[in-house]
Amino acid sequence: MTDVPYAPPTQSRALKIALRWGLYLMLTVFALWYLLPLFVMVTTSLKSLEEIRTGSLIALPREVTLEAWRTAWSGACTGIQCEGLRPYFWNSVLLAVPAVLISTILGAMNGYVVAQWRFRGANIIFALMLFGCFIPFQVVLLPMARTLGILNIAGTIPGLIFVHVIYGIGFTTLFFRNYYVTIPAELTKAAKIDGAGFFRIFWSIFLPLSLPIIVVTVIWQFTQIWNDFLFGVSFSQAGTQPITVALNNIVNSTTGVKAYNVDMAAAIIAALPTLLVYVVAGKYFIRGLTAGSVKG
Amino acid sequence: MSAILEVDGLFKSYGTTEILKDINVSIDKGEFLVLVGPSGCGKSTLLNCIAGLEPISGGSIRIAGQDMTEVSPKDRNIAMVFQSYALYPTMSVARNITFGMQVRGVDKATQAAKLAEVARQLQIEPLLNRRPGQLSGGQRQRVAMGRALVRDPALFLFDEPLSNLDAKLRVEMRTEIKRLHQDLGASMVYVTHDQIEAMTLATKIVVMKGGIIQQIGTPHEIYTRPANTFVADFMGSPAMNLIPARAQPDGTGSMIEIARDGADPLRLHDPRPSGVSGDILLGLRPEDMHEASKRPGEASQAGEVRIEVVEPAGADTFVVARLGGKEVTSRLSADTLARAGETLEFRFDLSKASYFAPETGERLG
Ligand SMILES: Nc1ncnc2c1ncn2[C@@H]1O[C@H](COP(=O)(O)OP(=O)(O)O)[C@@H](O)[C@H]1O
Ligand SMILES: [Mg+2]
Repeated sequence: MTDVPYAPPTQSRALKIALRWGLYLMLTVFALWYLLPLFVMVTTSLKSLEEIRTGSLIALPREVTLEAWRTAWSGACTGIQCEGLRPYFWNSVLLAVPAVLISTILGAMNGYVVAQWRFRGANIIFALMLFGCFIPFQVVLLPMARTLGILNIAGTIPGLIFVHVIYGIGFTTLFFRNYYVTIPAELTKAAKIDGAGFFRIFWSIFLPLSLPIIVVTVIWQFTQIWNDFLFGVSFSQAGTQPITVALNNIVNSTTGVKAYNVDMAAAIIAALPTLLVYVVAGKYFIRGLTAGSVKG
Repeated sequence: MSAILEVDGLFKSYGTTEILKDINVSIDKGEFLVLVGPSGCGKSTLLNCIAGLEPISGGSIRIAGQDMTEVSPKDRNIAMVFQSYALYPTMSVARNITFGMQVRGVDKATQAAKLAEVARQLQIEPLLNRRPGQLSGGQRQRVAMGRALVRDPALFLFDEPLSNLDAKLRVEMRTEIKRLHQDLGASMVYVTHDQIEAMTLATKIVVMKGGIIQQIGTPHEIYTRPANTFVADFMGSPAMNLIPARAQPDGTGSMIEIARDGADPLRLHDPRPSGVSGDILLGLRPEDMHEASKRPGEASQAGEVRIEVVEPAGADTFVVARLGGKEVTSRLSADTLARAGETLEFRFDLSKASYFAPETGERLG
């Protein structure tokens, strides 16, 4: 019995299971490693300052308190004012929602034109727009400031919307263009013979096909605009600052003891909307990124 | 009979590449014109020019007597069926068919009536609420036809409408299109790269190559009197045999001499006064070579040839031999005595032969 010359099936099966468990173990370790900062943030935001000072960084809170969250939302000082993040949160909403919508609509139109109405120079225009995606933020700061001044919208939320729309068009056009080139040109031709014009074809045929790419674009643009700091800090003034700038001010303007719990709560509040967008639309995001041609 | 479509001296270039060169063709009301040619020869481009989907670089297009140069596709009174069907993916079959009427502002009652009529005609009533994605290839094809039929246009344009179907369905739909043409008496321009489709459907065939028309004629003319070796080779399956030979006058007709492996040259007599002489290419359809033992006739028109390959194909058997240094295919009956490696006596029917100049490939006589 001890000397079995041939028993490979069970052996390799055991090995397979061992490998599988090793894989899961490794994935779990990495997942935990990635989640650790979030864990620390959440637990710290639920502790009192006293407990933070005395306890360990990764310990669970002994006593859960929402005090830090309340302060972050409506009491923390962002300089001389102490109204918390709330007004700036709404600034960001007022800024991000129109900017995302406008840049997405423009991108859809541009992509439709570049992909399906191959006018003379369409490729050059598309190449230039693509190039626009790679211009570093810093380069446009001064010209943009001047432009906003001339347009008389410097330091206002419409001004910031304008900046984000301009900067986003390159990306949104790219997304929609790449999606629309996979739609057979014969579809447009058929619609033309049916008598539909430029807008009718866009509205009745292309837009209904576009849900996956709209989701991708909205997620991308929302994340970019909500998380933007540089444009926000450069082109806003007291009262029109977006949440990222306010978060920075809260974290940096504390005098005396650093209120880590408030900082953490504020950071989570600032990050929540983008997180939410991913959770709600993430499924479509993956689908949209990999969406291929449309079979008629 | 008034011409429904006249294309005059049409040129079309993309940038500096000329795609269509001096296209002249016209069809009368009720004709079925088939544009046939190899892939990339400009058939779709020509169709798109007729439809107004591509601007033309020169010449003119007239539909029902009116110049179309400045007329947009929707006002040309045409309907088009595309190779990919181009059904609107997010719309139901019914909406696909009525979309054009909707855009034109046709009232709802008329739309419904026309939809019902076309759906009945094409037997797609049960499909009206489905999306194109839920249809089979053949069903999509029908819907695409329905979208064209519902317009009741002066001219139908078809761009390889059957090429995405499997072989069996293709033959069925071919018959159906032919029946439709007969029933409607409609004028049609039909593009295909399939010469059998061209032969079976057309009242008039245009053979194209490299953006140049090679020949225009009835299927019979194209088949029996091809204008050059390209047409001879392209139309017919298996293709017309093009056999290098020598011709000399012989009485009122001519004597054709063909080199043969392992024997004296074949010497055949063509009684027609074609006036050819010197080096020529003899164009002989596979069905114009017969098995001598099964078809009695003049001994002078027969000769033994060594058989290389025998390919039974059901009703016919294709027999490949070598004449004039070229492979030559003949269409014999299924009970042929031909065996690969042996010789067989053929009888040649030169009364249907074509002659071509070897250098230019142009038809002689
Ligand atoms: N939009 C275009 N730009 C440049 N060349 C084109 C365009 N469309 C077609 N062509 C070229 O024109 C030629 C004819 O194309 P097409 O009419 O589609 O051929 P067919 O339908 O006979 O297969 C091809 O060589 C093709 O590459
Ligand atoms: Mg084509």
